[in-house]
Amino acid sequence: MHMADALISPAVGGTMWAVSAAGIAYCSKKVKEELDERKVPLMGVLGAFVFAAQMINFTIPATGSSGHLGGGMLLAILLGPHAAFLVISSVLVVQALFFADGGLLALGCNIFNLGFFPAFIAYPLIYRKIVRGNVSQGRLALGATLAAIVGLQLGAFGVVLETLASGITELPFSTFVAFMQPIHLAIGIVEGIVTTVVVSFVWKANPQMLEGSPVKAPTGGFPVKTVAAGLLIAAVITGGVVSWYASGNPDGLEWSMAKVSGKEELESTYGIHSMLASLQEKLAFLPDYSFKGTAEASEEAEGDQSARLGTSVSGIVGGAMVLILAFVLGLALKRFATDASSRA
Amino acid sequence: MAEIARSFHDLNYIDTLSCMDSPVHRIDPRAKLATFLIFAVCVVSFGKYEVSALLPYFFFPAVIIPLARIPARYFAGKIVFLLPFAVLIGIFNPLYDRETLLSIAGLPVSGGMISFVSILIRFILTILAALMLVAVTGFTGVCMALERFGVPKTFTTQLMMLYRYIFVLTSEGMRMARARDLRSVGRKGSGLKVYGSLIGYLLIRTWNRAQRIHMAMLSRGYRGDFFLRRPLRITSADIAFGLGWSAVFITLRFVNLPRIAGQLIMGVLS
Repeated sequence: MHMADALISPAVGGTMWAVSAAGIAYCSKKVKEELDERKVPLMGVLGAFVFAAQMINFTIPATGSSGHLGGGMLLAILLGPHAAFLVISSVLVVQALFFADGGLLALGCNIFNLGFFPAFIAYPLIYRKIVRGNVSQGRLALGATLAAIVGLQLGAFGVVLETLASGITELPFSTFVAFMQPIHLAIGIVEGIVTTVVVSFVWKANPQMLEGSPVKAPTGGFPVKTVAAGLLIAAVITGGVVSWYASGNPDGLEWSMAKVSGKEELESTYGIHSMLASLQEKLAFLPDYSFKGTAEASEEAEGDQSARLGTSVSGIVGGAMVLILAFVLGLALKRFATDASSRA
Repeated sequence: MAEIARSFHDLNYIDTLSCMDSPVHRIDPRAKLATFLIFAVCVVSFGKYEVSALLPYFFFPAVIIPLARIPARYFAGKIVFLLPFAVLIGIFNPLYDRETLLSIAGLPVSGGMISFVSILIRFILTILAALMLVAVTGFTGVCMALERFGVPKTFTTQLMMLYRYIFVLTSEGMRMARARDLRSVGRKGSGLKVYGSLIGYLLIRTWNRAQRIHMAMLSRGYRGDFFLRRPLRITSADIAFGLGWSAVFITLRFVNLPRIAGQLIMGVLS
């Protein structure tokens, strides 16, 4: 559920950076006010614990796949909302920088989706309402599981909204929602069960760890990795095959639709010869309007969609050139750097 | 688990890279952080159908990676490993956006295809930026820069503590997992119950460790501040690095270099 930079626009990324930065500032202030110095190493080490816990998997019954702890809910339960928000944020920073798990610009979105919802919505409104003072096995289980599910559902919905606001994906809102929410329901259930099991163990073994601090809600992780990966691979295969099929039928509906909607003006000059012209286009090595010379082509294209594209034939030629240049430059610099260091 | 162990290995490796010495490593972390952020913003800010104008941004890694003497092969491997995620993000575009926007050699290319390619390129560029930033700056450097940029000290301290103990605790986690695997012949023992106890113990051990760390910190005079050996000092070279690259990125944002170059070539040919 970590968003990549390619999913967001700078405006959305920037806004969410600001929102999350404000959240971090607020929580830092709160944690500082609590004046509980012991929390400083505890927060750091618990963040590291999330990474360590992910080294250990368990088998999900009846599926043959394995899952592991996401950790957000657990942190909230152990540390309280403010400290948990900071720890989750720091974990996301490390994931973004070292594992490229979520982009730099998308960091604000990820902190919000995976930190804010569990720590400030699911934990106080669900877990705490259910557990509230009189801890019992049943309440712990119900509270942790429900809060984990709700936190993750909200986070997934956040991803959809942020993507929508960015206008990047072609996915219609309803389709994306129908895709994201069920997958994260499955992940949330596993996360909820895992959190319950761990919290119950701690409660029996070392109860003051829970009572000393408020209990929390989870953030996302990818516990049902294998299941999700299977679904996603299926989706990619389906998508790939279908889209190949779509573009492999250029004479079909979409081709004519493009003619009608996109290039009406150009086509009208050909009149009834448009059919012949399009046949010609397909036979020619390069489409005719590119052969006319780029200046003319770009003039004709002015104001029409291909102008905004920046992907004309000349764009492709130039792009290839730029890439080759960059590669050669890199190689040359490498040789230069090696020479310099061997001389040094 | 192999995948997670691999991530951990990567973490170690990239940390080693950041300890090297090169002209790029020596630049002030603040200048680097700002430059890499501007890079990411410029790359992401293009329209969704943009492809050619994104390509010149590859000059940045092409210059930085050799100059910093960090292995390009590592980054290439990392990108190949992560690419499936990018494919997932964009794979539906060709399905939903089928309007033909361009034709190459008579073959129509739909808008969805173009935006898909655009997403892949952005993904590669932004991943490169993040990985390169830590490889040439180091995590401590990034944290120091963040603090100077006004990020609350509580949070930067948290980041540094987290980072320091990731190495300690992940090896502990891996040892526990290995011990359990050795004892659970077949599948017994890998279920939820044992898992819960294992994680629980790890958590309690972590908690106790935090208390020992806190006492150790107090006895060494911790009063809420960390002191760093290497002072941060901005030199004219740092400013030149930051301003120079930023100017390049912003220029490339508004000037489509490949198209101009391509038009020149096509002009000569025709």
